[in-house]
Amino acid sequence: MRAFAYSRADSVDHAAHRITHDAAFVAGGTTLLDLIKLDVLKPKNVVDINALPLKRVERLDDGRLRIGALVTNTDLAHHPEVKRHYPLLSQALLAGASTQLRNMATTAGNVMQRTRCPYYRDAAAACNRREPGSGCDARGGLNRLNAVLGGSDACVAVHPSDMCVAMAAIGATLTLSSADGEREVAFGDFHRLPGDTPHIEHDLADGELITAITLEPPLAPAGSYYLKLRDRASYEFALASAAAQLSLDGEMIGEARVALGGVGTKPWRCPDAEAALVGQPAQIATFERAAEIALRDATPLEHNAFKIPLARQSIVRALREATRLARDEGKQEGQV
Amino acid sequence: MSDKQQSIIGAGVPRIDGPDKLSGRANYAADNLPPDLAYGYGVFSTIASGRVSQLSVDEARKMPGVVDIFHHGHFPSLYRTPSSFAQGNKVEETRLPFEDERVYYEGQFVALVVADTFENARAAARRVKVTYSADQAVANLDQGVEANGTQAGSGNHDRGDAASAFDGAATTIDVTYRTPVETHNPMEMHASTAWWDNGDLTIFDATQGVVVARNALSKIFAIAPERVTVYAPYIGSGFGGKLWTWPHAIAAAAASRELERPVQLVVPRQQMFTTTGHRPETRQRLRLATDDNGKLVSLRHESINTTSFTDQYVETCGSVTKSLYSCPNLTVSHETTQVNRGTPTSMRAPGAAPGLFALESAIDEMAAAAGVDPLQFRLDNYAERDESKDLDFSSNHIVEATKRAAERFGWADRNPQIGSMREGREIVGYGVAACNWEALKMACDARVSIRADGTAFASCATQDIGTGTYTIVAQTVSDVTGIPIDRITVKLGDSSYPDGPISGGSWATATTLPAIAGAARNALDEMKRYATGSNGAFAGASSDALDATAGGLRNAAGKQVSFAEILEAGRYGSADGEAHTEAADSKYSYRSFGAHFVEVRWDPGISRLRVARVVSAIDVGKVINETTARNQVEGAVVMGIGMGLFEATEYDERNARPVNNDYAEYVVPVHADQPEIDVILLDYPDLAFNEYGARGIGEIGTTGLAAAIANAVHHATGKRIRELPITLDKLMGDVPQARSA
Repeated sequence: MRAFAYSRADSVDHAAHRITHDAAFVAGGTTLLDLIKLDVLKPKNVVDINALPLKRVERLDDGRLRIGALVTNTDLAHHPEVKRHYPLLSQALLAGASTQLRNMATTAGNVMQRTRCPYYRDAAAACNRREPGSGCDARGGLNRLNAVLGGSDACVAVHPSDMCVAMAAIGATLTLSSADGEREVAFGDFHRLPGDTPHIEHDLADGELITAITLEPPLAPAGSYYLKLRDRASYEFALASAAAQLSLDGEMIGEARVALGGVGTKPWRCPDAEAALVGQPAQIATFERAAEIALRDATPLEHNAFKIPLARQSIVRALREATRLARDEGKQEGQV
Repeated sequence: MSDKQQSIIGAGVPRIDGPDKLSGRANYAADNLPPDLAYGYGVFSTIASGRVSQLSVDEARKMPGVVDIFHHGHFPSLYRTPSSFAQGNKVEETRLPFEDERVYYEGQFVALVVADTFENARAAARRVKVTYSADQAVANLDQGVEANGTQAGSGNHDRGDAASAFDGAATTIDVTYRTPVETHNPMEMHASTAWWDNGDLTIFDATQGVVVARNALSKIFAIAPERVTVYAPYIGSGFGGKLWTWPHAIAAAAASRELERPVQLVVPRQQMFTTTGHRPETRQRLRLATDDNGKLVSLRHESINTTSFTDQYVETCGSVTKSLYSCPNLTVSHETTQVNRGTPTSMRAPGAAPGLFALESAIDEMAAAAGVDPLQFRLDNYAERDESKDLDFSSNHIVEATKRAAERFGWADRNPQIGSMREGREIVGYGVAACNWEALKMACDARVSIRADGTAFASCATQDIGTGTYTIVAQTVSDVTGIPIDRITVKLGDSSYPDGPISGGSWATATTLPAIAGAARNALDEMKRYATGSNGAFAGASSDALDATAGGLRNAAGKQVSFAEILEAGRYGSADGEAHTEAADSKYSYRSFGAHFVEVRWDPGISRLRVARVVSAIDVGKVINETTARNQVEGAVVMGIGMGLFEATEYDERNARPVNNDYAEYVVPVHADQPEIDVILLDYPDLAFNEYGARGIGEIGTTGLAAAIANAVHHATGKRIRELPITLDKLMGDVPQARSA
């Protein structure tokens, strides 16, 4: 750990002015402080943004839900609007980390969290993401936890978030603020594939701050399910996870959304798999076909080939559960 | 002893140290902050083999608060300890810190920064520039065997002619099992706070053995043991990792002497995987054979474990194999191979934990080959006496333990056909395995005082590492003197008290309690002398005519005088007793026994494996405290689940560096993984072993559990997993398998 200058921002403008390439915002600190202690991140200035007024969750007139950047993972998971209209997001949040971490971690911080690739976290290992041009020790090393989708020669690090997988499936927009004003970025465009520049992880420019994430209106009537598969039952990053959401038109699938976690270098939306679901009967054969399509381009490394069938299994089971819930939802609507 | 007094032995007395721990008053090694304390932080090697070619401290020295920076070119000359178990000065890693520029493992101390605060020490440590000349590291067991071959180990055994019996047998199996490196990972990190006063060393150390630490440090600093005091009043557990002194404690004490101020050194979590021991990797070949009646006629258990380049540590995987089953032709052999890892050490049930994974998996495979139910096979083959020592067991109830646990578990409902038991989407698997652990008892000294205020004080230089030793010592004093628990003070974890045992090997209970009881009786005898003396309340009476009861002495006529009054009459502050008790004899083979039954649930649709239910019946002699004993077995079962399903320290095979060296990626069971655990304590006193008949309970529950899981997994899935941990990828169909490390 190296010493850094610490300051508090009291407005979004103020915060945006403080941030330079050698500075970092801190909210919950659950990733940043950890990595500073490991000597992986070495900011010279740390700007505390916890005093900013970004802690509201509000339903917009157009049916979308706007979530302030500083809403904690715990508050978001238990928010009545989220539990009622986005149970997928609530499930995903509660599948991640531990209660103590969720109490500290924030919505925007979760979007910005760094990979758990052990070579990224080891300052003595080669890692293009941490130190551009140094190489990738994961490719030829222990890579059981690394990505099978979206990797490049330069980097195969998994994006570790559960929350982001649900958001990718739901669809969302990030609001980024800077001294020049605000701009909006689609959630799916925010995280970048590593390509040749894995150190550029996202679309946030110097001087910009995420101030809100706005979710698309909920699908209705629909069922959704977040399934996280891992070695132990809790407090572990996903080996594979699936966020599935679908609406039913009788026995046929109306709309469908599928995203994967634990397998991709970014939160992994599966549009081709979704297309293979729409208009098809809601049954296992359909789900299995969609799962095949979702993993069509997956590339295994030495130790993680199991992630491909595991991710398929997560999709099939999540779709089965989502279908069951959609049928229950449909029945309830019918009764009303 | 009255009925009331007898009842306190075995009772579920709550831990007497519980309130201190719950309220934060309990004082752990790093909680000690003496005046003028300086903080150390290590610089740790990032290569596993080679040497430090250049070490520059110029930048680091300029950092705020830095006091000094030690390294191989700037460190006092110390002495090695002979590292003798018999002399009580054992360490696992005999090489001293900063002895030379050589690097034997990643995470080895190459420098130590001392500064005015922990943060300043850590910040400066990052600025020490180390250049290495690296050699190709030996990263794992297979590489070690290939590069260096093996060295003979200890604990070997041979009887009959196992090879010939195997060749002529009706049914045989020949299988190889592997277990990975496991890391102890106690919550409390290794920590030492040391200071010197006129040439005397005081050190608060997270240790499971204050006496051995004192003796080892006295050798290392070449001063009389009386001039070293080691304190460990509380340990945030150790699991064997804190049995012996590691380099950080030596470095902290040496730095403190050089700087003439107290120094504290806490080992970072990452280095708990490198420089403070681990359970080594093993490869175990099992060859078993039965005759036409399903009786074992040949058993060979040959193991190799990894050790360091500086010291040989033998993981005695065959320690239980020698005596658990009756078999006339048997060979147990242990070998080691050198790799670039720190020196291994005992981890809860050393030898037996990996050894019984292999043996008890192989017994299932043998039973299947012989066409016998695995439970019946065990009952048919359990040894009735210790054939390796040619001795009777002092007390062995393994058949009853196995049958009672089987009954409670519902083994009779098991459909032996693989994958045949289903519930919803899940396949249910049942597995069984025996558990076993040697009962040991060492020499011990203790002191008990009955004091003028009516309280008692007991002391012994053993430790309570979280297992309940404070409480059972108080129970023992109460049992002998009749003084209630809440008026008994127990002091442990201080090397200036009478010499007690390390808290390891499951021998602290059997070793400590007889000495405590003896000291308490001697204190009572002293009290009776006071009472029967010329000015005493029972002047002229015979001591034999007096009974200790209700905090005082009573004669046959019913006259009762309190201890306080007796002492006051003689103007004595206390009646004191000391006792020395000897190590166990060798008239019998002393062992503990038991059996685990495990139910696993396998959901093939999502490749999810969970342990759903465990029933364990344990025969450890007399149970001293029902609550802490049950807690020990439950905790051991949880640790066995970790061993079976999750735990492995993984090393990059290119450079021998550990990769998953933190609490997130080194996976241990969490609350959500806990199954129903049902513990049956048989509670048959083993009075040939000691007066209380207790054999110790810390480790046995960990043995056999991983095999019971593996056997249940085989029942559910048809897959025989011979390499721990049993992770889901090993159970998935059609997935290319790469060896993890």
